[in-house]
Amino acid sequence: MAAATDGPTPGSRSGIGEPAPGHRSVMGEPTTDGRFGEFGGRFVPETLVAACEELEAAFREAWADPEFVAEFETTLRDYGGRPSPLTECRNLSSQLGVRLLVKREDLNHTGSHKINNVIGQALLAQRMGKTRLVAETGAGQHGVATATAAALLGMECKVYMGAVDVDRQALNVFRMRLLGSEVESVQSGSRTLKDAVNEALRDWVATVENTHYCLGSVMGPHPYPWMVRTFHHILGDEAAAQCKDLTGGDPDVVVACVGGGSNAAGIFSGFADGDARLVGVEPAGGAAVGRGVPGVVHGMTSYLMQDEVGQVMEAESISAGLDYPGVGPEHAYLAAIGRAEYPSVTDDEVVEAFTLMSRAEGIIPALECAHALAWIVRAAPDMQGQTVLMNLSGRGDKDVDQMMDVLGMHGIVS
Amino acid sequence: MSAAEASTRRDSFGALETHLRARRESGAKLLVPYVTGGYQGWQRAVEAAAAAGADAIEIGVPFSDPVMDGPVIQQASTAALADGATPASVLEEARELDTGVPHAVMTYYNLCHHQGHERFASALLDAGVCAAILPDLPYVEAGPWLEAAAETGLEAILLAAPTTPEHRLADLCGASRGFVYAVGLLGVTGERTALARTATEIAARCLAVTDRPVLTGVGIGSPSQAIEACEVSDGVIIGSAVVRTLMSDGPEAVGELVASYRTALDHG
Repeated sequence: MAAATDGPTPGSRSGIGEPAPGHRSVMGEPTTDGRFGEFGGRFVPETLVAACEELEAAFREAWADPEFVAEFETTLRDYGGRPSPLTECRNLSSQLGVRLLVKREDLNHTGSHKINNVIGQALLAQRMGKTRLVAETGAGQHGVATATAAALLGMECKVYMGAVDVDRQALNVFRMRLLGSEVESVQSGSRTLKDAVNEALRDWVATVENTHYCLGSVMGPHPYPWMVRTFHHILGDEAAAQCKDLTGGDPDVVVACVGGGSNAAGIFSGFADGDARLVGVEPAGGAAVGRGVPGVVHGMTSYLMQDEVGQVMEAESISAGLDYPGVGPEHAYLAAIGRAEYPSVTDDEVVEAFTLMSRAEGIIPALECAHALAWIVRAAPDMQGQTVLMNLSGRGDKDVDQMMDVLGMHGIVS
Repeated sequence: MSAAEASTRRDSFGALETHLRARRESGAKLLVPYVTGGYQGWQRAVEAAAAAGADAIEIGVPFSDPVMDGPVIQQASTAALADGATPASVLEEARELDTGVPHAVMTYYNLCHHQGHERFASALLDAGVCAAILPDLPYVEAGPWLEAAAETGLEAILLAAPTTPEHRLADLCGASRGFVYAVGLLGVTGERTALARTATEIAARCLAVTDRPVLTGVGIGSPSQAIEACEVSDGVIIGSAVVRTLMSDGPEAVGELVASYRTALDHG
């Protein structure tokens, strides 16, 4: 596959998620130096460059090996619960005037899409002879998934989590510890996801010989953005096939929340070469694409919220999983070429959407996914009659403790 | 500047490298302390370090996400940022320094990227700084920066790590200016109880492929470790030990600390 530097090639998909011969996929392989357009790269301390190169070589070799791919897919099926269903939300559809379909990644083992990437990386790490995983986590979903994979494969695991997030996601902290992982509460900087990434990188710099950094989103140095999206491609492929079965074609609009952007990258990759409108919804307090300018942090060039001299700003969102001032470089690229759009929603809209989905459909969404629904609610008047596919990337159980405070205060639940 | 002139400039040594080469030829082991710019008392600490026999000074420009730094330098950076330090304010204060030895800036790539390579390099030169170290900009990504620095006349120092493969090491050392920063261990900045085996290994590997000064940094925690490192290396960079002293005992104590390293390196 060649580098994706051209614009979209509408309607060229022959197989699911793959472009027709002779066409380049919009979400194809990055250039050899890890670029999506001008974004991406490998901006890590020299100590880690060789590890990134080794990882890239191992990933290429493994992904070309049918046995590895079969083990990945079998594990996701028999252990992870794939394929996840597609649910038509009839109540919300009639309420909003759109045909709302949701991809149920919340029903996966560990409660979110994160398991896809983690199984892929953990199997790869094991194949590379690594015995230890480190990971960063925001909401705790990726941390729980990594701790789970470590338990399954008998690997040592340490998860870095910002102190602010440790407080608001106590349940997931307990889960990780129960699964046998060490959880370190990160006290530096803004004490959220970005600082957890810094701390995981610092760990990896010191332990690179036996440790794999199991990065949780489509961010970081090459090959992570590409590799993580590739492991999540399975959910986009499934969604495309399920939509076709149900409606006879692609949806009009595909919507997902975006922090680093892994669940969005997964679902977008199933539709990027088609005609569907792609919408990545950012939190207003962490709108890297909406409010950021190109910058370099955490190994990549991408849109980044920074102050007037280039210090990275602290994101502020009700959702720990989206509390990140950057965004994966492929999203920056999709925004720059106009293939995807990245609006933002406020915490208040998110709280409303969280309640709405719970009551209308009997599905408690993760606060992260409530961002996607919040945008759909807002944009519905302009999408009347359209088919809208939303990636419900995680379940909201982890958020109920926090929401008891929020909703109690707001007097919505009595 | 014509291409030929640019090429000549690239092939001649800058102020930092000229100074370090001369010191090395005189038989000295090189000593470069690091001080976090913008931290309370930092200018006096730099002056005290220079007076105590430092061969050059590394000035940290605080960044929000110092991924290569351990707890001590993180703490100093955070404090300096909280006190309102900016790249411009640190450089303005650096301009006021008169130490008699070359100054290099150590910071993170986004501050350079944000300002633009050439403007960033020019701002450093205007402040009397002759070199820069950007630890999150590895050699494989450094091409445009090296180009801009060379055009501007700033010495761009590159880091070599224990994990740098042999096929890259000679090119990396060749492209570095000022000196080669040999990262002594797998890890971030901070003192360790013993010198890592990797410290002398990476210095020896660098010296086998370059005649440029090779200084070992990261993990040098005592004068005796500095001596041990300098059995192979041309010199050492001491960061966390200096900053810890600055934070706990103030700038004058930094002079005493640097003097203890100087004495150790000069008299073993």
